[in-house]
Amino acid sequence: MRKAYVAGLAAGISFIAMGAAQAVEIEYWQYVFDSRVQAMDQLIEKFEAANPDITVKQTTFPYADYQTRVVAAKVAGQGPDVVQLFYGWTDQFVNGGLIQPLDPAVFPHAEIESEFFPIVSAMKRGDDYYGLPTAVRSLALFYNKALLDEAGVQPPNTLDELLAVAEATTKRDGSGNITSAGITMDMAGQDHHWWREVLIRQNGGVPYDAEGNVAYNDAAGAAALKFYTDLQTEKNVGLVGFMDEGQAAFRAGLAALTIDGTFRLGAFADNPFEWGVVELPADANGLRSNYSSYFANGIGATAQGEELVAAQKFLQYISSPEAMEIWLNTVGELPARREVALTEANLADPIRGPFLKGLEYAQTTQFYDEAAQRQTAIDMVNRVLLEGQSIEDSIAQAAAAEQAIIDQGRQ
Amino acid sequence: MASANALPQTGPVRFWDRLNISTKRVIWAWAFLAVPIIFYAGIRFYPTFQAFWLSLTNWDLLRPAQFIGFANYQKMFADPIFWKVFQNTFLYLIIGTPVSLVVSFVIAYYLDRVKLMHGFIRALYFLPFLTTAAAMGWVWRWFYQPVPIGVINGFLSSIGIAQQPFLRSVDQALFSILIPAIWAGLGFQIIIFMAGLRAIPNTFYEAAKIDGLGDWAILRKITIPLLKPTTVFLVVFSSIGFLRIFDQVYNMTTNDPGGPLNATKPLVLMIYQTAFSSYQMGYAAAQTVVLFTILLIVSLLQLYVLREKK
Repeated sequence: MRKAYVAGLAAGISFIAMGAAQAVEIEYWQYVFDSRVQAMDQLIEKFEAANPDITVKQTTFPYADYQTRVVAAKVAGQGPDVVQLFYGWTDQFVNGGLIQPLDPAVFPHAEIESEFFPIVSAMKRGDDYYGLPTAVRSLALFYNKALLDEAGVQPPNTLDELLAVAEATTKRDGSGNITSAGITMDMAGQDHHWWREVLIRQNGGVPYDAEGNVAYNDAAGAAALKFYTDLQTEKNVGLVGFMDEGQAAFRAGLAALTIDGTFRLGAFADNPFEWGVVELPADANGLRSNYSSYFANGIGATAQGEELVAAQKFLQYISSPEAMEIWLNTVGELPARREVALTEANLADPIRGPFLKGLEYAQTTQFYDEAAQRQTAIDMVNRVLLEGQSIEDSIAQAAAAEQAIIDQGRQ
Repeated sequence: MASANALPQTGPVRFWDRLNISTKRVIWAWAFLAVPIIFYAGIRFYPTFQAFWLSLTNWDLLRPAQFIGFANYQKMFADPIFWKVFQNTFLYLIIGTPVSLVVSFVIAYYLDRVKLMHGFIRALYFLPFLTTAAAMGWVWRWFYQPVPIGVINGFLSSIGIAQQPFLRSVDQALFSILIPAIWAGLGFQIIIFMAGLRAIPNTFYEAAKIDGLGDWAILRKITIPLLKPTTVFLVVFSSIGFLRIFDQVYNMTTNDPGGPLNATKPLVLMIYQTAFSSYQMGYAAAQTVVLFTILLIVSLLQLYVLREKK
């Protein structure tokens, strides 16, 4: 009964489609973010002009619902043909059968590995790649030029300089309350990445071992955590919750320094003061690290036959140098291919330059449940700041909690 | 119209005609009632029973659900966060309900006697109830900020009191959220209490005055006992409201939902996170069953305690 109905419908549709030069329609899904949607509209227009037999329909959902919608669509058997996903969701998407491996004949591994930044390996499971990014993100230190000039200091290059600049730019009222922060403290923002992939490494540790298990429950992890919480407790140059969020404090001109990502450039563009960007500070030995992340595009598990071919063509186009150029100019995110990203003009750009340099030595955390793992870092800092727990106990508890999430994710 | 249509089909017409008018009425009534009943059964009862079943599985949306017995419940009862959340939920209930009822009764009691601009004052009290919880949550969230933007801390600093962490404290956060939650519900409770007060016949008060009873005695012997149906309704209504608290908590703590350190997390928020952030639908269903049981027990208990004694 149902089959007959579907067959009839298919017959009807194919009859209509004959008139339209046998066009294939594929669906592309991403979350709503103005500049991303605009960039994708441009890409689709160019792609359709080059491939008149393929039409691409863009569907978007609010970020908060996005994963749920993808999952629900799969349960209903009507997934997208090309779908955007955060690299940290790959395990969930692969295990859930939401995306299919990229055909190595169309996307040769050697080419991917030589032309993209090495962080693309986070999309590889076993011998297969499950997606390719158009753009990548990294972190950098934003500074408020007006506040630095007022204090007569230069943007910091090392952690010691960071402390000095933060101290010089912090303003306090008569009771010692911070009225303008030296540096923002916001573990719910990007600080947990800074702690995980940068501070721990600069203190001689690694956040995870080769098997992906938690490895920061040691002296290095403790030193990194102490450095972070000391900003509030010992140095009094920042306050968790100051102005509600780190980025809000910076935008309001009430924080001299903040660590944030490329994706914040758009929001900071109309800040009513002059600001700049430098690489994340190095440690005393000059060691630098960074955290890079990206949204990749994968091919939906339900795409087959001519839709699959069309989806592959589309994915090839949106990970091409041309598409990355458009994405960079519309969204501001960095190209995922080295040759497109590391041009002289880009490296000399005062804003793009520091982020691009960060990409060279960036790490990409293998997340199992990003929100829950971030929560363990938030709680770890809160236990020290709000409950007075010792650094060592707090880090041990965080390590146990995060390992439990990783174990659960592997099941 | 009906008879014209009915003529060719003799069978059913004869049966329908044989029914007397009251039977026909009942059938018609049921025909209309059936629509909401079927809708309600499909939208409410079926998912409720489905949730009981899901709580015994490990469904994660992606893979088919597998029966795992009571493993979700074992995990939940062994989880210290669940008990913390359980405790928070009851704190919202046992502080929120009595405080909001007493405050709204006192306001209604005195407002009832105010003649000057009565409607205007009543409207002012009702206004917060009309405001979206999300918008209200955000405004209060900024009230509670540290200096230089937090209004409350700005005031405290100006009179020489140390600034308070409010939402950034494991001890103060829950109360900081409870205050706007109580305030938001006051308007509705005041209106209901005033309606209850108006429903008490004036003759009772006149008789009491003639007998020489004071205000306090009138309140204790007449007003409060006669307000019982209103009170029962409001106790049940507000208890369910506090047990289901979510909007205020979520909006006032979005960066660290239910935090800091789960100090403000109610059961509903935990369910939301388990289901729609971690996609552990089975585990979330088990938590939902617990919430359902609590709501049921609390409601039945209150109805029993406050029942009419005959």
